Amino acid sequence: MSEIHLQIDGKKVEAKEGMTVLEAAQSADIFIPTLCHHEKLEPFGACRICTVEVEVRGRTKLVVSCVYPVEENLVVRTRSEKIDRIRKTLLELMLAHAPDSEQLQDLAGEYGADKDRFEKEASFCIHCGLCVRYCAEVKKKNAVGFVDRGIRKEISFIPEIASKECNSCKECFSLCPTSYLQAAFVLTEALAFPRASSQTALKK
Amino acid sequence: MVRLNSPEELEKFRQEIVSKKDTNKPCISICAGTGCLASGASEVIAAFKAEIKKQGLKTDVDTKGTGCPGFCERGPVVVIYPEEICYLGVTSEDVPEIISQTIKEKKVVDRLLYVDPTTGEKAIHEYDISFYKNQERNVICNNIKIDPKNIDDYLAIGGYSALAKAFSRMTDEEVLSEVKKSNLRGRGGGGFPTGRKWEGSRNAPEKIKYVIVNADEGDPGAFMDRGLLEGNPHSILEGLIIGAYAIGSHEGYIYVRQEYPLAVENITLAIKQADEYGLLGKNILGSGFDFKVIVHQGAGAFVCGESTALMTALEGRVGEPRPKYIHSNISGLWNKPTVLNNVETWANVPLIINKGADWFNKFGTEGSKGTKIFSLVGKITNTGLVEVPMGITLKDIIYKIGGGIPGGKKFKAVQTGGPSGGCIPEELLDLEVDFDELTKAGSMMGSGGMIVMDEDTCMVDVARYFIHFLTDESCGKCLPCREGLRQMDKILTNITKGKGKEGNIELLEELSKTAIEASLCALGKTAPNPFLSTLRYFRDEYEAHIREKRCPALSCKELISYYIDPDKCRACMICLKKCPAGAIDGGKNKIHVVDQEKCTKCGTCFEVCPSRFGAVKKISGEPVPSPIPEEERIMIRKSKEK
Repeated sequence: MSEIHLQIDGKKVEAKEGMTVLEAAQSADIFIPTLCHHEKLEPFGACRICTVEVEVRGRTKLVVSCVYPVEENLVVRTRSEKIDRIRKTLLELMLAHAPDSEQLQDLAGEYGADKDRFEKEASFCIHCGLCVRYCAEVKKKNAVGFVDRGIRKEISFIPEIASKECNSCKECFSLCPTSYLQAAFVLTEALAFPRASSQTALKK
Repeated sequence: MVRLNSPEELEKFRQEIVSKKDTNKPCISICAGTGCLASGASEVIAAFKAEIKKQGLKTDVDTKGTGCPGFCERGPVVVIYPEEICYLGVTSEDVPEIISQTIKEKKVVDRLLYVDPTTGEKAIHEYDISFYKNQERNVICNNIKIDPKNIDDYLAIGGYSALAKAFSRMTDEEVLSEVKKSNLRGRGGGGFPTGRKWEGSRNAPEKIKYVIVNADEGDPGAFMDRGLLEGNPHSILEGLIIGAYAIGSHEGYIYVRQEYPLAVENITLAIKQADEYGLLGKNILGSGFDFKVIVHQGAGAFVCGESTALMTALEGRVGEPRPKYIHSNISGLWNKPTVLNNVETWANVPLIINKGADWFNKFGTEGSKGTKIFSLVGKITNTGLVEVPMGITLKDIIYKIGGGIPGGKKFKAVQTGGPSGGCIPEELLDLEVDFDELTKAGSMMGSGGMIVMDEDTCMVDVARYFIHFLTDESCGKCLPCREGLRQMDKILTNITKGKGKEGNIELLEELSKTAIEASLCALGKTAPNPFLSTLRYFRDEYEAHIREKRCPALSCKELISYYIDPDKCRACMICLKKCPAGAIDGGKNKIHVVDQEKCTKCGTCFEVCPSRFGAVKKISGEPVPSPIPEEERIMIRKSKEK
């Protein structure tokens, strides 16, 4: 594979063809914030927090670094007034759902995001899809999925699969940036397969 | 069964069909498009058949259910050949008279003709009617001439001759260069040059390539693609085969919404017929070129009109857009080079091949060539499908073709480009409609929806409506679209309810900016347009709602009150009886008063108050005058005094 030369925040970076800008930045120890990204999973490009500016043939555009492929002579900026403004608004929108998430609070500090900017809607989930994709791509179980669309979209455990698979796995719990997932699972467990949950309780 | 093995055989077969047709034989064409069917066209068709049988004319007259000619406002539309007499609003009761007068006596039934509202003149032919006269009908004109369920009808008017020409007299490269030369731009909204899109796929190294017809038309009020798919499905198929030939694709998909049952039926039938004739399948017309087409029904998601979401859905997954830093024409469906074009774009292709790019370039503006079909709806006299050359002014579309605003109301704005388009105000009515001008005005071409609004429309509420539509139709994947729209919907709803606050406009602007800059797909990137364009041209309405709690269009329910002017009320009891909430106090000879506590603001009293009295008023932004004292409410009628 051929080497590709690019510049990130003024630093010369070498990358391999097929890499994303995020991967190239990480390889050069340049930090770009991410929420829906996970190295074991296919790029998703949903949270948009990793948005950066790239300069291609003299034109500047905003792209998400977790998806955008590296190319020769690409100039990347990971911080700018515009990028910071976008990240701030995105964080404020997420904090309306999950104001207590530590990961979000840390980022909010960095970008000056106000967790009370928007009316609270405590759904806790920020739709990063890490649990859904991890279960599908890594575990190949599909025990948790997205249901509905638009503003009604939410994650949901599929009781038939979850009752068989989840107790022995629970690997997705630690992925969740808002600690919502565990609560969702406990709720599903309690509602959909109470016997299984009481058995788990007994075992403990 | 006929199987056509060469372009020559197709031509010979066409001649046979044409020669069997007696051009003097009367033919009654009745529009069987969705609009006319809803107005009772199927009863009219049945009545014609029964009447013809009854009068013993079965062998002398043909009847035909055709595609939609566009004048939906006045359907069912009937055209009688060979004279091409056009009757509008025909019911089954009119049928015996049409048969005995027009068919037998060759007389025109005057009362079914179009009457020009300004001159009062009657129009006998389609082309005399102002609605049609000012159009440039290159694509939609054949709808009324053919039965979309009969391939022979399409062949009789020259159907598949462009395909035959492409196969027999042009190389695939020449087909591509003709389309490039035509400067055809995608009719689905983006306006991307079609030829360049094709070229990218053609040059891609992958062997397997796909072509797709995007028939997932989901804009509220838009039905252009529906009209074409239902009315002339073979023209789309012919364009698709030619495109496939140009780029070297052997498999095509038609992604059509399942909410369009007649379109699904007609295109499926068209594929079957074309297959039987050897116009699809292996070795088409003996050219050695193979091509098959599969119809895929969408499950009703607006976002699947977005090309990458459509392809994801075609692959059998949830219809969510994917980032397209690599264009679909290089890596699309199943990661293969894929050309996706809108229905109308494909339908233009046979015309370009047959008549040439130079002919096509005669229509339109510098940057946008050809014609465009719009569905003209809303507060407009002539609702329907209109095809116009690019560059026509909005004024001509709305007034010359659309016949202006009904009910003596004043024009306020026209919304173009579907939910993610924008509203264009009166001062821009001279705008020449093409891709670039509409974008400059803060709207967009979109697929061609055109919703006309009059003075009673509240522009803040319009923005709220479209943003709300998009919160439902966003796929919910990326944050700036899903969450940004959620907040925008909340804020706009609050404003229309009189709960707007200072700073709301700026907050909406910021959310818009983020959605435009950071969303994943075109839906999110254009979603703020309804807000931004209404703010740009109607900022005063936003400010009135927020600062004065006043709706200038007197439309937002929570900001208006109904009030009966005691000086004008004649105590006629009409509103009192009609009020569903029992909110009107009064009686015979007793002036009526609205009980503001009980009033649900349904507007019934306002509508039913006789216009000669005009006593019921809508009030916004000011307190309702206190009701006149009980003792002053008794009326002494002059007539009684005599």
